[in-house]
Amino acid sequence: MDIQKAIMINEKDNVATLLADVDKNDMIQVMVGGSLKEVRMEGKIQFGHKFAIREINKGENVIKYGEPIGQATQDIEEGQHVHVHNVESLRARGDLL
Amino acid sequence: MKISGYLRSDGSIGFRNHIAILTSVGCANDLALKLGRMYPNILLLTHRQGCSQLGADNDQTFRTLAGLGKNPNIAGVLVVGLGCETIPAERLANEISKTKKMVEYLDFLDDEGLMAAIPKGARILEGMMQEASQMTKVPCGIEQLTLGLKCGLSDTTSGITSNPATGIAADMVIESGGKVIFSETPELIGAERIVGKRAASREVEEKLYRMVKEFKERAKASDMDLQEANVAPGNIAGGITTIEEKSLGSIMKGGSKTLQGVLDYGEIPKGKGLFFMDGPGRTPEALTGLNAAGAQIIIFPTGGGSPGGSLISPVIKVTGNPQTAQRLRDHIDIDVSSVIRGEEPLKKAGERIFQKLVKVADGELTKSETLGYGSIAVWNIGLLCG
Repeated sequence: MDIQKAIMINEKDNVATLLADVDKNDMIQVMVGGSLKEVRMEGKIQFGHKFAIREINKGENVIKYGEPIGQATQDIEEGQHVHVHNVESLRARGDLL
Repeated sequence: MKISGYLRSDGSIGFRNHIAILTSVGCANDLALKLGRMYPNILLLTHRQGCSQLGADNDQTFRTLAGLGKNPNIAGVLVVGLGCETIPAERLANEISKTKKMVEYLDFLDDEGLMAAIPKGARILEGMMQEASQMTKVPCGIEQLTLGLKCGLSDTTSGITSNPATGIAADMVIESGGKVIFSETPELIGAERIVGKRAASREVEEKLYRMVKEFKERAKASDMDLQEANVAPGNIAGGITTIEEKSLGSIMKGGSKTLQGVLDYGEIPKGKGLFFMDGPGRTPEALTGLNAAGAQIIIFPTGGGSPGGSLISPVIKVTGNPQTAQRLRDHIDIDVSSVIRGEEPLKKAGERIFQKLVKVADGELTKSETLGYGSIAVWNIGLLCG
């Protein structure tokens, strides 16, 4: 088995965390619910940052650790960098404390 | 999973069999230290509290010191005080003796001072050591374990390796019928609702929110800013996007089970399952609180390799940082950097931590035990009045 360069922490997650720096068009393998999935990187992304392991629609929750860590502020494609430019905290919303 | 431990008179199990000297007040530490030089194998539970404290602060010190004495890893305790402090040695000894373990106390100002107390204390300790050496281990299970959890010197590897792997081991302890306590109230700020929605009841959930609110209010009363809901530029550069993600990385060590209760600092939980204990993140106070709440073993995930240990219980150090695992190998018990390298699934790493925990419960020494690393510090929440 090839060394995996990303980790998905919980099966409910829609993002994975990179274990190495990657370049655009790199094919990254990640275990998704017991089977390996290959994802093409849509940009240069650093170690410790997240990418979408599937399409995430605008307004949809971004899930890591099996929990929502925020909401997508725009549509995010599979393999795209998921960070402060396309996610906002749910804490910032008045209805959720 | 065959393990054994020392059966105490109250039905609890000690995974170690220590004799301890516990001071009821910092002013009595000198007597403990002198006796400690005579008997290097005795635990010296010394601290700086026990006098000129009022109200909730004094209650917390009493509860914590009593909890340390009650910890099942301790077979017998000699409580020493002066006789003039706000936490009298006799009151502390009486509370500890509810466990029916060996407890004696000495107030040395009420007698003829330090010189007279030394041979008296020595004779008590000799007797307790004789008794403890005759205790034999009995078969038991993980259901007798109260596991404490604390993370420290966290780095970017903590949230994706050592903390979630520890959480898997914590879940396995609960599935085996044991108790798990995690703490560090400041780490809940901004993400208390994520833990709160796992609460077993509305009361538990409300208590959790109240505890976080009170922590923030105490900080505010001292003109401190806890930077609520703040993700620092360094966090963002490291890949952390929101406060939810930052806090989740920390609380992952608590696993995924239902939160059965919220405890005051040093409070012994009733029932099984997962508990959250109020407390600070600073290592000596955090470990002391967990021991006072009855933790016989502590798992401590760390990124940078915090050396923090406990006198009362084994502390199992887990790191996911490959450099820390190599450079600080004398401090680290379990290396889960295999997860970072993509060589081991998180679940396997968690199972490995659990297997180590079982061995440690059965007597295998941790690095912090062989190094003799640890100290006692009681979390002080009030001004000294007097």
